[in-house]
Amino acid sequence: MSDSTKASTISDSRLKPKFKTEVSELFGGERIKSCFQCGTCTASCPVRAVDESYNPRKIIRMVLLGMRDEVLKQEPIWLCTYCYTCQERCPQDVGITDLVFALKNLATKEGYMHPSMVPQVDILSQFGRLYEMTDFDNKKRAKLGLPTLENKQESIDSILDSTGLKDAASKRKGSE
Amino acid sequence: MKYALFLGCTIPARGLHYEASARKVAEFLGIELVDMPGAGCCGMPIRNVNQTSSLAMSAAALQQAEEMGLELVTLCSACNSTLTEAAHLLHEDKELREKTNATLKKAGKKPYGGTTKVWHFTRLLHEKIGPEKIADLIKTPLSGVKIVSHAGCHYLKPRTVFGGFDSPEDPVTLDALIEATGAESVQIINRNECCGGGILGFKEDTSVKIAGGKLKRIIDAGDIDAMVLHCPFCNIMYESHQKKLERDSGEKIDLPIIFLPELLGLAFGLDTKELGFGQHKVKPSAILEKLGV
Repeated sequence: MSDSTKASTISDSRLKPKFKTEVSELFGGERIKSCFQCGTCTASCPVRAVDESYNPRKIIRMVLLGMRDEVLKQEPIWLCTYCYTCQERCPQDVGITDLVFALKNLATKEGYMHPSMVPQVDILSQFGRLYEMTDFDNKKRAKLGLPTLENKQESIDSILDSTGLKDAASKRKGSE
Repeated sequence: MKYALFLGCTIPARGLHYEASARKVAEFLGIELVDMPGAGCCGMPIRNVNQTSSLAMSAAALQQAEEMGLELVTLCSACNSTLTEAAHLLHEDKELREKTNATLKKAGKKPYGGTTKVWHFTRLLHEKIGPEKIADLIKTPLSGVKIVSHAGCHYLKPRTVFGGFDSPEDPVTLDALIEATGAESVQIINRNECCGGGILGFKEDTSVKIAGGKLKRIIDAGDIDAMVLHCPFCNIMYESHQKKLERDSGEKIDLPIIFLPELLGLAFGLDTKELGFGQHKVKPSAILEKLGV
């Protein structure tokens, strides 16, 4: 079991009781207070089936308890594959996949963007796609009769720039 | 029938056989696909970190199709889910659309009016052509070919966004198109499990382990000729990672992973080379031999 899932004593002084309200005001986090901890999400989760460090029920419980730092600074929130299985099955309609997106967005805002996202933001800014479209790629495309694609889309770069995401990627702090 | 074709990131670089076969099958069925010059990423990866940005990226794609006066079709399930959800949000919520248009304006882009309909190519084939008509057009029936389908997640979820056109727990549309070719779509345990691709960049071992689970269940089912799917990222998980999974477990998998349009093209009697069959990392030669093509 990794450190992030190990049971440890919760110290009252570190809890932020208003965290659940903060999350419920985020886009995607609106229904968090409806969770009654049945665990259908965790039981349905394909990630949890192979990796104990991800547990959506526990993430929700931690938010409800006010464990703000632990939720936002640690890796588990980044391990959702957004398959929506939990969201489809949740009897309380908590919208868990949307909620985890909201938590990842908040973590990013606080400077804790997952390190693997930094090069993705950079590549998207440079090329507008997750893959650079080289001459070699276009030659391969031509062989299959596929149209040539240009290697740069300025529009994505200007969007990432105008929302401040490029800046956020360069200023990320280390996570715990 | 004319649609704007949104390619996204992965297909033009890593899913050439999917793109080639989809274009050939569309042409064969009289569907005109019009390219979207300058279109880039749909916004999916950025959703993780900033939904204002990802929504603006989606809106830019939707706006381009709107300006072309066409409905938009994607081959990638990730693009499909991201763009369908963005359209759903931006069409329902005028305030959010205005906010998103303000972001687009700041980036020097035109505002989105809120009219573009988004299709996954599979759903388009199912609803606009239909399995019956497809069955009528078959030249090489794929009788005796046993397939396990992979509908995946972002073809039909979340249900609230897709309106339940197909069931997330028991999907049937992809299977109906597979069976229209004469092939058998075999049901296995937990057949709707996610490929794990969403976290490949975040925790590779966990991600690949998820993909390996379904591959193992297919091998255990016995006698399956191929998996058929319709998302380039699911393909990366099941085809590109097969060798690594074989090395890690010491067990042979050797399961061909075929895109739906390749399978349809094969049954329509189209040229396998032009469909991109030469691009596979796991060679589907056994099926081609079985069919004598």
